[in-house]
Amino acid sequence: MPQIFHSSANTIAKASIFGAVFLVGAIAWVAGSVQRSPYTTDQGVVRDQPVPFSHEHHVRGLGIDCRYCHTSVEDSSFAGLPPTQTCMTCHSQIWTNAQILEPVRQSFATGKPLRWTRVHNLPNFVYFNHSVHIAKGVGCATCHGQVDRMPLMWQHATLQMVWCLQCHRDPEKYLRPRSEVFNMNWQPPTPEHPDVAHGNATSQLELGKFLVKEYGVRKDQITNCSVCHR
Amino acid sequence: MAGEQKIRRTADMLPPVVAPQYTVGSVSDKISGIVLTKKTPRPWYFGVALAMVVSLMLFNAIGYLLLKGVGVWGVDVPVAWGFAIVNFVWWIGIGHAGTLISAILLLLKQEWRTSINRFAEAMTLFAVACAGMFPLLHLGRPWVFYWLFPYPDTMGLWPQWRSPLVWDVFAVSTYATVSLLFWYVGLIPDLATLRDKAQNRIAQVIYGIGSLGWRGSAMHWHRYEIAYLLLGGLATPLVVSVHSIVGMDFAGGIVPGWHSTIFPPYFVAGAIFSGFAMVATLTIPLRKWYGLEGIITIRHLDNMGKIMLATGLIVAYGYAMEVFIGYYSDNTYEWFMTTNRMFGPYAWAYWMLIFCNILTPITLWSRKVRTTPIILFVISIIINVGMWMERYVIVITSLHRDFLPSSWGMYAGTQWDWMTYLGTLGFFALCLILFIRVLPMISMFEMRQLVSQYREDAGTSAQVALQED
Repeated sequence: MPQIFHSSANTIAKASIFGAVFLVGAIAWVAGSVQRSPYTTDQGVVRDQPVPFSHEHHVRGLGIDCRYCHTSVEDSSFAGLPPTQTCMTCHSQIWTNAQILEPVRQSFATGKPLRWTRVHNLPNFVYFNHSVHIAKGVGCATCHGQVDRMPLMWQHATLQMVWCLQCHRDPEKYLRPRSEVFNMNWQPPTPEHPDVAHGNATSQLELGKFLVKEYGVRKDQITNCSVCHR
Repeated sequence: MAGEQKIRRTADMLPPVVAPQYTVGSVSDKISGIVLTKKTPRPWYFGVALAMVVSLMLFNAIGYLLLKGVGVWGVDVPVAWGFAIVNFVWWIGIGHAGTLISAILLLLKQEWRTSINRFAEAMTLFAVACAGMFPLLHLGRPWVFYWLFPYPDTMGLWPQWRSPLVWDVFAVSTYATVSLLFWYVGLIPDLATLRDKAQNRIAQVIYGIGSLGWRGSAMHWHRYEIAYLLLGGLATPLVVSVHSIVGMDFAGGIVPGWHSTIFPPYFVAGAIFSGFAMVATLTIPLRKWYGLEGIITIRHLDNMGKIMLATGLIVAYGYAMEVFIGYYSDNTYEWFMTTNRMFGPYAWAYWMLIFCNILTPITLWSRKVRTTPIILFVISIIINVGMWMERYVIVITSLHRDFLPSSWGMYAGTQWDWMTYLGTLGFFALCLILFIRVLPMISMFEMRQLVSQYREDAGTSAQVALQED
């Protein structure tokens, strides 16, 4: 009776065992990487906007405060996008003929708001409130990154749930004094430069622990499902 | 002397495990012939067609469910566990007979298991496949079923270890894996036989790959026997653990009718009870159609009947204890649940299960009943129905009367519930029908061992008889 298989089948059979293990591992690794990549999260991807607004220029260059435009950030869930009138407070006086600002003038003339592309977009099943985060000492830059270094706007973080939970589980590692929330260049205290106003903290962790107590951050509650998924 | 003779006579009365006309060669030919024949029996096509139609109904029902959501089922508050859980427990329970036959009866050296173990293991696999569908579909969003596994996800969450759903995931996936391994390892020498007997090139290659280069050398057999025993040892705790965990899915909830320590053992007994009923339901017609009466003999039916009787009595004890504890606990809710079960709106289901699971198997005390295939077949079907009713009663009657009368409700499966349930029966049948066509439904190598052992014994006694003459 002739052999059914060539003798190489032995090698193939053995290799296929390792191959299968490797393949399963590789598939899992690729799937995990894609899930965390900007391809899925849009982290670090610059969006097209009707007007190429530069936070770098307006915040760092001119020193405009976040709240000048995002007016409702301290008392509403939504930080607020400025109406065209806000732009025109300055741009009715300067750069009045700049081609780049034509959509702004159009909007002002017709009363039709500019249609900005939303950069930080949470899923609808997540309830997020800006005001409480501001009140508890979460800096703008903690989530949005150093906006004053962004010529065009991109998403700083992944916005994945594990990222939210990093802070909700250990808020001490991220909180800062309320007075520093809008400061783009705030640095945590060090032994050389302790925070005298906040328990003489010499590190982020010491400061954070102090602030958790001071601001009444309920660590036992902020990881409950229904805090964000209502 | 008289006592010895009496013992002899009782032993003689037991029909043999394999008919005496079979030899080592003919038993392999008989079993492999079913697979390797070119002429597929016409009724087989009919069976496949019927099973496919019913399976299509299942796929249709699943498709509609995915499209519309679990609202198409009858589940609602307070009965949030409906058909899906009833069917899950029923199917998982059925699978248990296969594991018991393959693992525990192997370790206990019960040689009669040889004729039915392959088939029962296949039944286990297909039953687990059917069972697994239900909790997944019940999730509501089955496409994210992998959230049930602990893996580093982007949500920063791990499964809730206090949830029975997670226990089920591990119990059932372990069960499915070990059952598959056991079944496949048992198949290897038989696949090699099929490879060697096959005339067709494609069949040779396929069976050849499946047999993993088996040559039947002494070393192969030596290692094989060890591996098989080890797997048997691994599978043995699963006979008890899987349905215990399913029982704890219920016992873990503070619902009168569920919150009971008797659940794990009583579920295990029920599982084996229903599993053997299913094995009987399937083997009785099969042995007739394929002329296997000499291999799956009356002795097997007799033994299966005895196991059904024993486990049925344990289940009956469970029912009795539920009622007794309901009374003895002196707990308002427990006693209300007990009387509501017996005389409430679902009393018909309760008394039906008492009829199917206690009154019917009682007849198995009679040897005549156990050894008449047609009667045993009917009884096994009644037990299958009864065990489904049991789960229906446990799930629905415990939930439909909540603690507050304002939350009371009624439950009934919708058309989609029934289509899904009956559809899995078709899918199960389809898997089995395909299995008996392409793989040996009885373990050939174990039958050969059995036959040669019997021949030796018979040879010795014949010689003794000659000498005595």
